[in-house]
Amino acid sequence: MKNITDINVEEIRKDFPILKRKVNGQNLIYFDNAATSQTPKVVIDSIVSYYSNYNSNIHRGVHALSQEATDAYENSRVKFQKHFNANNSFEIIFTSGTTHSINLVANGFKKILKRDDEIILSQLEHHSNIVPWQMLCEETGAKIKVIPIDHNGELIFSEFEKLLNSKTKLVFVNHVSNALGIINPIKKIIDTAHKYNAVVLVDGAQATPHMKIDVLELDVDFYVTSTHKICGPTGVGVLYGKEEWLNKIPPFLGGGEMIDQVTFEKSTYAGLPNKFEAGTPNISGVIASGVAIDYLITIGLDNINKYEKVLLDYATSKLLEIQDLKIYGVSKEKTSVISFNVGEIHPYDIGSIVDKLGIATRTGHHCAQPIMDYFKIPGTIRISFCFYNTTEEIDIFIKALNKAILMLS
Amino acid sequence: MKIKQIQEDLVDEFAMFDDWMQRYEYMIDLGKSLPLIDNIYKTEDYLIKGCQSKVWIQAELIDNRIVFKADSDAIISKGIIAILIRVFSNQEPNEIIDANTEFIDEIGLKEHLSPNRANGLSSMVKQLKLYALAYQTKINNE
Repeated sequence: MKNITDINVEEIRKDFPILKRKVNGQNLIYFDNAATSQTPKVVIDSIVSYYSNYNSNIHRGVHALSQEATDAYENSRVKFQKHFNANNSFEIIFTSGTTHSINLVANGFKKILKRDDEIILSQLEHHSNIVPWQMLCEETGAKIKVIPIDHNGELIFSEFEKLLNSKTKLVFVNHVSNALGIINPIKKIIDTAHKYNAVVLVDGAQATPHMKIDVLELDVDFYVTSTHKICGPTGVGVLYGKEEWLNKIPPFLGGGEMIDQVTFEKSTYAGLPNKFEAGTPNISGVIASGVAIDYLITIGLDNINKYEKVLLDYATSKLLEIQDLKIYGVSKEKTSVISFNVGEIHPYDIGSIVDKLGIATRTGHHCAQPIMDYFKIPGTIRISFCFYNTTEEIDIFIKALNKAILMLS
Repeated sequence: MKIKQIQEDLVDEFAMFDDWMQRYEYMIDLGKSLPLIDNIYKTEDYLIKGCQSKVWIQAELIDNRIVFKADSDAIISKGIIAILIRVFSNQEPNEIIDANTEFIDEIGLKEHLSPNRANGLSSMVKQLKLYALAYQTKINNE
């Protein structure tokens, strides 16, 4: 692999303790990275170090431990500010995950939206970027419009343009489809939506593991992701919001940290970012997420992108040699995700058999039922690669897949 | 035959195989002999919630015993429900309610017992027991 890209995969694999384990007597092959990525030792060590050395509640304590924990927590915020190229560190809000972030923004628009205002979503959305907006529409009387996809799974941009009008207030689209891996033209979407003064939220959960994000260049209003997709721990989300919009929307949760003054008559809220971080946050998780982003930056997102493209192209060509295999989501702009079915075989059957052979894949509708409805299928088998996967693993997977097909036909 | 006896028979049958692949192939074969339900029952009402594949189960009380029929769009789920139906069909409701499912572990299908929603074995067992409970209540009220 050293010759193909700048990724030294043998060395990188040593950083991930879990890759040494066996599943059902076989070496683990982990191809479910779009659901969650594995955790390098430096990230695990940072969690152990937090609890071993400076576990303490942040922001309030005058003692040394609290100061150290606060510094490390706020340092993570600065790391994400720099990584996303945000103007200010207070525009980075830590949440429990992408779903929490989206709900926080949706809640914020309850008082801003009016009856008959319009919200635009895409057919490619994850359920977590559909349901909060439906709840918002039920409360406000606003309406949802959907950008359709073509038979390749790509958004039809001309249809998006037709949906925009003076009633359009919000546009929500994922940067990369979790079910198909297609990269959406978000810059074009953001610029076009802004001509109508619509606010744009981009769900970047599937994009941040694969590419550098520049919120200023994108001119996006809100950008959300979860750090467990980028080699961080579970339970931490990052919400970027433009200062203007974070000031306009009200807090989501009330409690400690987020207040300025409290009396029983009225409380005033703290400024950014504390206004949105009520209660004791996931301190160790946020600190570890900062270590995870450093780890990715050290490897280099350009290197990661190039290497994963090699894996994607290799796996795609090998899969297409299999009779009756159909790949869903065909685009030049894809991350290392392949969604497919083989003939009439149920994806669940194939997933169960390859699991017995030590290979983790994902089967089902991938929390994106509208896409499955479009293709009229119950679901797909999805394999998704990270920079620690290898072409040798893909070869083993292809053999396992052929074995499964033989058993199930 | 009593539930316990059928479970022991299944454990013996599966013990003949050396590896998981043979066990899965046998389970797939058992699925092929499943008493299939009529297409008219393949509706939302008969669908088991909580499986990644579609599984429909229909029940009927004949001479105070419940007769189950089922189908699935996935081959492995069909094998699993076939095993469950062999154990629970033609049994009295009370016996179904009281029966345990430890034999699943013994026949080497332990992974299907996890509460992971993706595999639905626990949802299938729950549905069979719910039918038994409903019929038992009906019998008690008569």
